[in-house]
Amino acid sequence: MAEVVTLRAAVAELVRDGDTVALEGFTHLIPVAAGHEIIRQSRRRLRLVRLTPDIVYDQLIGAGCARAVAFSWGGNPGVGSLRRFRDAVENGWPQPLQLEEYSHAQLTNAFIAGASRMPYAALREHPIHPSDHLTEVVCPFTGEVLVAVRAMNPDVTIIHAQQADRAGNVMLWGISGVQREAVLAAERVIVTVEEIVDQFWPRTNGVVLPTWTIDAIAVVPGGTHPSYAHDYSERDNDFYRGWEDVSQDRERFASWIERHVMGTEDWADYRRSLIRSPASSLDGSPS
Amino acid sequence: MMTVAAARWLRDGERVFVGIGLPSTAANLARRSHAPNLVLVYESGTIGSKPEVLPLSIGDGELAVTADVVVSVPEIFNYWLQGGWIDVGFLGAAQLDRFGNLNTTVIGEYARPDVRLPGAGGAPAIATSAGEVVTVIPHSTRTLVAELDFVTTSGHLDGGDARRRRGLPGRGPTVVITDLGIMEPDLQSSELTLTKLHPGVEVDQVTQATGWPLRIADRLSRTDPPSRAELDLLRELKAAR
Repeated sequence: MAEVVTLRAAVAELVRDGDTVALEGFTHLIPVAAGHEIIRQSRRRLRLVRLTPDIVYDQLIGAGCARAVAFSWGGNPGVGSLRRFRDAVENGWPQPLQLEEYSHAQLTNAFIAGASRMPYAALREHPIHPSDHLTEVVCPFTGEVLVAVRAMNPDVTIIHAQQADRAGNVMLWGISGVQREAVLAAERVIVTVEEIVDQFWPRTNGVVLPTWTIDAIAVVPGGTHPSYAHDYSERDNDFYRGWEDVSQDRERFASWIERHVMGTEDWADYRRSLIRSPASSLDGSPS
Repeated sequence: MMTVAAARWLRDGERVFVGIGLPSTAANLARRSHAPNLVLVYESGTIGSKPEVLPLSIGDGELAVTADVVVSVPEIFNYWLQGGWIDVGFLGAAQLDRFGNLNTTVIGEYARPDVRLPGAGGAPAIATSAGEVVTVIPHSTRTLVAELDFVTTSGHLDGGDARRRRGLPGRGPTVVITDLGIMEPDLQSSELTLTKLHPGVEVDQVTQATGWPLRIADRLSRTDPPSRAELDLLRELKAAR
């Protein structure tokens, strides 16, 4: 059963050094506030999992929280590179980063296998680069050579949803990514939400996760910024463009993290720090 | 010209799996001009998106709000793409070889890359299962190379009917569109062959910008210059962003 707690308490209790942690959200509903809290609490040696590591993983990697990343597309969508991710891979700064490389379809199927509590999933895709998590398998019925991808079962999955109800059930809608699979594949689950409501209304493409699939719920309005929550906020494309500048330089990045993450109490304080920070190109519209 | 030529390649009514950037711009241009019934499918799970403004990412809210249906990522890849519902996949890359294989992973050695690129994303699945693949890439010896630094995505593998022998369901790359011209695979060898030049471009220019001895079609033609209407639509699309 889900307990409603602060995000600080949820991360302190459920995210441990060395864990495999998935912060899922496909462009939409990215749990950025939770990523910041992990940085604030100085978690180390994490194996981070996510189809599309974007700004929040750039921050976690640059801040020294990660030893490995399992991923399928590591970029700043529509803008370019992730500078901190690249610095770690190309130059080992602030520490070397082990890469576990997938395609979207492979990592998606790894989560499906994880949620199904199966050891692997099969798909049709070419080429593959054999590794610990990918190999070929022959279909026992047709003889076709298929790709086998090892199940992904995170120690902790963290997602952001629009709503929880009083009983601790969670509902999200809009672009729903692989969140359902990532939650059901995990040992522990944290969900940040925009708000707690008395009752859910049916939504097109709504995904409901029962309270007994979740350990902790934290109310963090706007906790996806610069990503967004359908019907609550807009994607802050200027922030994504501005991140290119901040992240390009190690010192500028470090002082940004120091000022806006380490130097703030929580997400609300972080949002205030952006407004107070006219020197930064990321001072604008934390909508 | 690259965007306009790519847009023209899409036929009305097709279901096209669109990546962000040039493919998305071209697909939207096509939908607003000659192909009003083009079905735009984005890997974030939006099917039948009709964006008013060009999205910055494949998951912008605009794509979801204007879609016929929004499905999860497992669904879009397993049921809709692998399930065989996609006619055309639209890809870009950092490097391409003579058989249309693509690299979006690293420049240099994998273990010690000169440049770490974003990686595979949806491309390998798209190139495997889409009915055909349209690739757009700027033309230079750095992008059109004799040997890829890393094979992320399969085109025609090592040529000939290698795709069929490997059991890949889609036809693979049927066209590569660059800023200089258009290349199509030879029917026998599957090797990319220059079939069209863009206005004002000469053959020498193209061969010099290609990292392997490029085959030239016997009957080389020219693409029509962008029409006034195409340019106006393109400007409108870009301005709206």
